[in-house]
Parts: sequence; structure tokens; C-alpha cells
Amino acid sequence: MSMTMTQKIISAHCGGQPVHTGEIVLADVDLVMGNDITSPVAIREFKKHGFRQVFNKEKVALVLDHFVPCKDIASAKQCKEVREFADEQKICHFFDAGETGIEHALLPEKGLARSGSLIVGADSHTCTYGALGAFSTGMGSTDMAFAMVTGKTWLRVPPAICFVIKNSLSEWVGGKDVILYILARIGVGGARYKSMEFCGDGLSSLSIDDRFTIANMAIEAGAKNGIFETDEITENYEMEKGNETVPCSVGGMPDYEETYELNLADIKPMVAMPHSPDNVVPADTLGEVRIDQAVIGSCTNGRLSDLAVAAKILKGKKVHPRCRTIIIPATQRIYLEALNSGMIDTFIRAGCVVSTPTCGPCLGGHMGILADGERAISTTNRNFVGRMGHTGSEVWLSGPAVAAASAIAGKIVLPDKGDK
Amino acid sequence: MLIRERIIKYGDNIDTDVIIPARYLNTADENELAKHCMEDIDPCFHEKLKTGSIIVAGGNFGCGSSREHAPIAIKASGAACVIAKDFARIFFRNAINIGLPIVECPEAVIESSEHDEFIVDLDNGVLKNLTKDKRYIIQPFPDFLQKIINSGGLMNMAEELVWEAKV
Repeated sequence: MSMTMTQKIISAHCGGQPVHTGEIVLADVDLVMGNDITSPVAIREFKKHGFRQVFNKEKVALVLDHFVPCKDIASAKQCKEVREFADEQKICHFFDAGETGIEHALLPEKGLARSGSLIVGADSHTCTYGALGAFSTGMGSTDMAFAMVTGKTWLRVPPAICFVIKNSLSEWVGGKDVILYILARIGVGGARYKSMEFCGDGLSSLSIDDRFTIANMAIEAGAKNGIFETDEITENYEMEKGNETVPCSVGGMPDYEETYELNLADIKPMVAMPHSPDNVVPADTLGEVRIDQAVIGSCTNGRLSDLAVAAKILKGKKVHPRCRTIIIPATQRIYLEALNSGMIDTFIRAGCVVSTPTCGPCLGGHMGILADGERAISTTNRNFVGRMGHTGSEVWLSGPAVAAASAIAGKIVLPDKGDK
Repeated sequence: MLIRERIIKYGDNIDTDVIIPARYLNTADENELAKHCMEDIDPCFHEKLKTGSIIVAGGNFGCGSSREHAPIAIKASGAACVIAKDFARIFFRNAINIGLPIVECPEAVIESSEHDEFIVDLDNGVLKNLTKDKRYIIQPFPDFLQKIINSGGLMNMAEELVWEAKV
């Protein structure tokens, strides 16, 4: 029986011997990442135990992205702790306001998340880099501290579910709709402790951004990681970053727990209703759902291609006067490219608020907080109770096309309808 | 470790956002976090803790964010233990790493009611519902996790590893 893609990467990071489902191993990490919420806890653990040095200052990435520029004194204190630690440890990949971006868009953009690598991060959406054929997984702060000290992490070798992808996506359907469709099928606990592995002929029709979005929300099914086979699209992306692709493919006959066939042509624009990311229905089956706010951004859907979809729909239009619309480019570079291509002009003329990169509204941290009874459509990844503010508010999840069209209509609609 | 307490019962998919909402993540102070623990799902949580401190929940407890603030808040609130049908992966790691006792036992969850009195005997791997007069065997943790627990947490193990590497 051959190993799954995930198992192959884990094996390569703990001596090269085959690894087996359920086994616990101590694996080498290529990169350990933390943000302004999770790093302070890790830094305190690091110091409390008397450690003086991180294992490798080139393999630690610290990204201030949740609360910067800081929203209050308490968060400023947290960011200061991380800043001082980065300075004292001479961390090579430290990103602060002005150069920062949402961690899971920023690290691949900087070429730091690579195919074949093993990455752990103190943020649950660290699974995003599986889009490039990496093993990447989210952990807590103590795990982050352990990896910063030892260069290693403990892993229980996961079993896997395989998704064989066929055909190609229809108009206005993207990676977000694919992952919401999968969540509808397997549920928020459907891949708990498991890997989600993506392969098949249809991969060639999924852009690298679509793959980032899908891998990003593997955690929403409870998965340890999501991982894509590498192909020409991966190679082109890696080449652009000056990296070589470490090929990753299913090959052989891994013992998958389940195999799903996923026909991309069947997938419509999807919406996750409150209060769970698996409470998913096709957008065209909803009745009238009025909205007070639309958010387009986050580590799930704040990339240039997401903004381009929104700009295409919003061009020459006005957002509904009752619908505050917030656009958040995921990184400074995306912001600049959106500016140079005229998208930011389009957004502002349409009546949108355009923000510096931040995770803010996605987790109800700051900016775009909802009051009791308010409802938002959002391209973010979670719609738990109180996620974006008051426990009496609602978050409905969609891709950028539905979110932009809905912003114009003031209610959840399909792009075609909103585009009239 | 032997815990004898009454239980507070919750349902499936209790996520980290309701265990400790993000609006309080501008601090890592455990006492501050404890003040807001579970407030979005159960404003009476702290009142209930006065009569019993074992949290019993359904499946996928702790799903969502990687925030270690969630098990920290539970532990600092004074909860002695969490028993669930099963735990979300990251929450499970975090709880082990910081030393919050957790037990996976679906039968005990299904057969229990709010305020039942439990005995959790972690050393002997036994769970008892005294009110319902039921006894359950707790599946032991794998050796590696037992080693983390015995080391007194993951960072103590880090000290041992770094020390071994230097010798």
C-alpha cells in the first residue's frame, strides 16, 4: 500500500522511513508561523522556559495581521511584544504594518510557502499552503513555541479522504463554491483528524487562487490539512517566486478512507447560511435575504483574482445604500496591483470602503463589526454565532461574485441578477 | 488525578469563537480570558461552575480557531475537565499541551444529564456517573501524549529535547 501525499511529505521530514496512519512522529518543520494573536502566548512560553534562541531565524515567520494598525492599547501591547521578539531574535521574516498582509496570502506571495515543505502555523487556516502541494497545518501557541525552539513538531499521521476532480467550473463559480459544496456533503466534522487530498483531470481548470481558497477551508471540515497534486499551474506559480517545485502526486494505491468524485460542472454559486460553514445551499434556492453589510476579503478570498471578480460586477454600479461594503485586499502587493489596474477606483466609485490588509472583520476583531439583528454576506471562512460581532447578528458566506452582486442588490442574489 | 464534580452539559460543535470570542483576544491574560469564557453561548457559565466544574459536550468540541486562549480560558475559569464525544484536532492538541484534562467518551456523554455527578479517575482510566450509576473505561492516550503529560506539558519536553541535543 503506498502512502498518501500527506504521508509522503511527513515521511520525508522524519528520516525518510515510511509512516503509517495513526503513528505519532516527531517531524522537522521548514517554517513555523505565528500572528499578533497567537505569537504573544508562544513568546511567553518560550521565555518562561528560559530559551534564548529560535532554532533557525530564517525558518520563523511572524506576521502582524489581525489587529494592525492597532485598534486599541491592549492589541498594541501584544504587537509590541511580537515586534520586540522579532528584533531580539533577528527573525528574517517579520511583517509589520506597511509591509504586511494577511498571513496565508502573504507567505505564498513572498515565496515562503513551498511545495513539498512541512509548515506549521499558530493559526487554523495555515492549511492554505496545501494548494501548492505542501503539508501545512494549524496549531496552537505552545506548539508554535515548541517548533520555534526545536525545529520540530509532533504529528499523528492522518488517514485521508480523496477528492477526484473532474470537468471545469461554470461562470461565476470559484474555489469558494467548491469548498462550500464539499462542506455541504461531508459536514464540519467530516474530515476531523484527516487529510483532504485533491487530484484528477479537473485540477487543470482550478487556478492556484481557487486552490488556496479550497485548501484554506479544509479546517472547516475539521481536517488536519488539505493538499493538491502539483502540476504545471503549481510549477508556474513556484517559478514566479523563484522556487523549484517539489512534485507531489497521488501515484500508487493509497489506502484512502473514502474517495469522492467531484464534478466541477455540477457546482453552482453556493452560500453557507448561519451559523455553520456546512449549512450550505445553492444561492439560487434562497428566498429574499436582505443584508446590511458585504465583506470581500480575508485569507479565503482577498486575492487579486477575487477582487477582479468583484470589480467586474461593481464596475459602473453603486452598492445598495443600506449595504455597507468593505473591500480588503489581502496584502499590500495585491492592494497596489488592484490600485494600478483601476479596481480600487471602481470600488470607491461604487461606494465601497477599501481597507488596508487586515483579518479584522473576519473574526469580529475590528472594522465591520455587526450590531444585534444585522446580517452580512462575507467571503470569509466562518459564520459561527457572534463571529463578526453581536451574537444576534448573522454571517452568510459566499464567494466574491455573490457577495459583490448582493452588495448592489442589498439582498443575497446571483451575479447575473445583481448585474442587471 | 481524581476529579469528583457535577457536570455542565452542552451540545455538538461548540466552537472556539463561543468559548472565547475574538473581541477579547487583545489580551493573553488568563484571568481576563476566563471572565469571558463561554459568554456567547452561555451567559450563566460562571454561575453554573459554582455547582459543578466538569464540562460535558457533544462531538467536535473546540472546532474552529487555533486560539490556545480557548482551553486557557476554560482552565482558568476553574473547570476541572472536559468530557466530549470527540474533540476538534487543534483544540485536542492545545488542551494536552497546556495540561487541561480532556476525556473522549461518547457513551458517557449520551447517557448523562445536566447536574449528574461524575468521578473522573485519569490514573486508572475510569469514568463514573454516580447519579446514573454507570461506569466507563477511558481509552488511554498514546504513549507519546502520555509522555507530554508526564513531562508536565510540551514545553518541558522541548527543554528535554534541547538538552539531549546539546549533550
